[in-house]
Amino acid sequence: MRKIKDTDLKTNLKQLKEKIIETILMLSGAATSITVVLIVFFLFIEGAGVFNRKPIDDGFILAVNATNQVKGLHPSQIKDIFDKKITNWNQVGGDDRPIVLFRTSDITDYYTEEELGPDFEYFPEKINELIQKQPGIIAFFSDKYKSDQFVGKELDIDKIKVWEFLSGEEWFPTAQPIAQMGVKPLIYGTLWVSFGAILLALPIGLAAAIYLSEIATKRTRSLLKPLIELLAGIPSVVYGFFGLVVIVPLIQSTFNLPVGETALAGSVVLAIMALPTIITISEDAMRNTPRAMKEASLALGASKWQTIYKVVMPYSASGITAGAILGIGRAIGETMAVLMVTGNAAVIPHTLLAPVRTIPATIAAELGEAPNGGLHYEALFALGCILFLITFGINMLVELVTNRKSHKKH
Amino acid sequence: MNSKNNKLARKKRISQNIAFGIFTAISYAIVALLFVILAFIVIKGISVISWEFITAMPSEGMTEGGIFPAIVGTLCLVFASMVFAFPVGVLAAIYMNEYVKDGWIKKIIKQMTNNLAGVPSIVFGLFGMSLFVNQLGFGDSILAGGLTLGLLVLPVVIRTTEESLKAVDATFRQASLGLGASKWQTTSKVVLPIAFPNIITGLILSIGRVSGETAPILFTVAAYFLPKLPSSIFDQAMALPYHLYVIATSGTNIEKSRAMAYGTALILILIVLISNLLANALRKYYGKKVKMN
Amino acid sequence: MHKIESRNVDFFYGETQALHDISLSMKENTVTALIGPSGCGKSTYLRLLNRMNDLIDNTRMEGSILIDQKDIYLKNTNVDDLRKNVGMVFQKPNPFPKTIYENVAYGLRVNGIEDKKIIEERVVTSIEQVALWDEVKDKLKKSAFELSGGQQQRLCIARALAIQPSVLLMDEPTSALDPISTSKIEELIHELKNQYTIVIVTHNMQQAARVSDNTAFFYMGKLIEYDKTKTIFTKPAIKQTEDYITGRFG
Repeated sequence: MRKIKDTDLKTNLKQLKEKIIETILMLSGAATSITVVLIVFFLFIEGAGVFNRKPIDDGFILAVNATNQVKGLHPSQIKDIFDKKITNWNQVGGDDRPIVLFRTSDITDYYTEEELGPDFEYFPEKINELIQKQPGIIAFFSDKYKSDQFVGKELDIDKIKVWEFLSGEEWFPTAQPIAQMGVKPLIYGTLWVSFGAILLALPIGLAAAIYLSEIATKRTRSLLKPLIELLAGIPSVVYGFFGLVVIVPLIQSTFNLPVGETALAGSVVLAIMALPTIITISEDAMRNTPRAMKEASLALGASKWQTIYKVVMPYSASGITAGAILGIGRAIGETMAVLMVTGNAAVIPHTLLAPVRTIPATIAAELGEAPNGGLHYEALFALGCILFLITFGINMLVELVTNRKSHKKH
Repeated sequence: MNSKNNKLARKKRISQNIAFGIFTAISYAIVALLFVILAFIVIKGISVISWEFITAMPSEGMTEGGIFPAIVGTLCLVFASMVFAFPVGVLAAIYMNEYVKDGWIKKIIKQMTNNLAGVPSIVFGLFGMSLFVNQLGFGDSILAGGLTLGLLVLPVVIRTTEESLKAVDATFRQASLGLGASKWQTTSKVVLPIAFPNIITGLILSIGRVSGETAPILFTVAAYFLPKLPSSIFDQAMALPYHLYVIATSGTNIEKSRAMAYGTALILILIVLISNLLANALRKYYGKKVKMN
Repeated sequence: MHKIESRNVDFFYGETQALHDISLSMKENTVTALIGPSGCGKSTYLRLLNRMNDLIDNTRMEGSILIDQKDIYLKNTNVDDLRKNVGMVFQKPNPFPKTIYENVAYGLRVNGIEDKKIIEERVVTSIEQVALWDEVKDKLKKSAFELSGGQQQRLCIARALAIQPSVLLMDEPTSALDPISTSKIEELIHELKNQYTIVIVTHNMQQAARVSDNTAFFYMGKLIEYDKTKTIFTKPAIKQTEDYITGRFG
């Protein structure tokens, strides 16, 4: 009797242990899903913050004379005012009065150091006085200089809008008084460099894939394939370095440019980096062509080359497409190599021979200097969101393309 | 008629020869490119590498001395990331391959793992900074950087492990289960030992990947210059790839530190080459052993 | 009294029905051969007897199978214990990548037996039962992969016997072996019959005739005929069976 109980207990313990282990395994299995969710959550929480802000540094204000009719300004108007493209208040809906710009450092134009006192202790008072005296003034200063009996009028500044963020053509996130947060040049830069890379890599990669899957002997293939895969193992920072010391000077001298750090340099480096992805995936797709299909074509008197481009290529088209799309995805997300060779000028490119700046490179270059939780910091996270969405979309596209292929097969 | 046929055949042959010639040339050109890159860095870097270079602190604004703290930092990061990613990844792969049934759970996990693999490394950097450095308050530290890198290679570990498990013949599992072994007994005593060499191969390749990643560590751990070794997982550290980036683009004297950059690049390349060779050798060695079956 | 009894068993892979209404009973200490063309469902049926089909996703079983009068498909059935009682030998020899000794000891260890004496005793007995002892007694600590195919298969049988099952399922156990090894296994089946109830799936009709007491002929997921082996091979009741065993099939 006791013995039976003993074995029962043992079985129960064994089953309990199994259950515990399965739970642990399940949790590990969920790790990647949890990570993706967390990435989305943190990226978007931080990134969305930028649309809840005015494009002006924390703790700074813009103030005008109390009699000024203008209540609020659009960020682009403020920028134009400080760039002296707008010089009269009537251009922004106010009275006909010339605009007088004032930045904190201009204070010495109006007052002597003695008047401001040691440690600028009379600064708030003087600004107050100045704003009262100058009806056309627009003053940009830290709110710690805002006096208790402030007589000026603080301007309303429009918040950053999603559409303006996406379509803005200037990226000067640390500009004062108004940060310029237009990501268009960065998106263009990213796309130019990536498509340039694919344009270079796709034909080359396809040629190599055809060679490996259809022409090379088994022995040659087993020799070349690991070498090409090794190309994928080289760290991107090493590619960047190689690009910097070899490709950049080469491009500079070939095209006789003032600087070699160009979109083209980025494309060339990225093309080399995307090659293994394109080759591996297209080759796999081509090798999956049923032997019977190829033999049928050959038996009809088609040459090997005709068979390749009339049977193998169409059959593996979706695999090749998947390879190309994934290659673009890699290129769009690549950071270090691009950062090191493209010159990082945030302007909308018109030629591959000009410096550009990509989204990942912008994040990498600027996040270190952006104060935690500040406007610039959040803007960079918003860039991260854009990047995430693009690559996520690309992944889904690949999924779609490859799924279509498996349907076709069955 | 006959001559027309001949002409066509000739044309076909010529166009095939041209096409194949081009493809062959391109393939070898790619391999040649690999050797050019490797040779360039080896030739330029080999003269820099010395005992001192590997074991000394950087000096004179990183234009002289060695890269010891960067090597140590990278080792710490590899270790920290693998301590996290290896067990979690292997367990997740076991779950996927041995436990979960076909269905929507499996589909979702698979899709999510693919998605995670597609996330750009700089986004991992942002995420690591937001979660580990700021929210969890780890600060710039080996812990924060290691976890970030761990999440980055997690899909790689899962994939290679899953492939290793798939390669284990199903009859081994059936035989074990047929003897009354439980699922976990079967997995741990039969499946894992058989898959082990391939899993380790995957681990080595992941190590190669982790040691070269730069973007994820930019804001989570990497120090521009730190003339001492980290003493705990909450310390910042230098790392080889970041060090290369710094001295190649923004060091105190880029021209003067070129030599150091070549040396650092060579060390990085060596890590990748060695891990690849090791993985291949292991695969071959155990491949033979299993073929005996 | 039947050792194994199946009643109206249907089995589905997803939407496709692989077994139709199989009712089949086997007496203790007999050898039953399951024959039929590929894909007829004989292996599927065999795997139902130790619930090996549970491992395949998207499958469904209806009807009931009783072993020792107990329905093995009840919810509270302990599958591990069932499989302990119902040993299985596979098509290809599949020893674990462990030593010869550990292969046989494996089933004991996973079932919680830790006493070294008992383990050793059972390992030796089992290897002796399959007539392998003389060939391997000096290399028990060597890898099982060093054995020949036939030896490996006998080792796998020993592995199954070590945990003292009462039923032994064999899924084409000699299909990967040479004729000499095959005849050794067949001899072995003859001897094991005294202690075990054996169900064997085979492609080889002579083998079925040689080793089995009863034979069941499966065709397209249905049990066409089930009778004494002698009867099946001399005067089958159904035309399809006759066509198959005389090779006039399809």
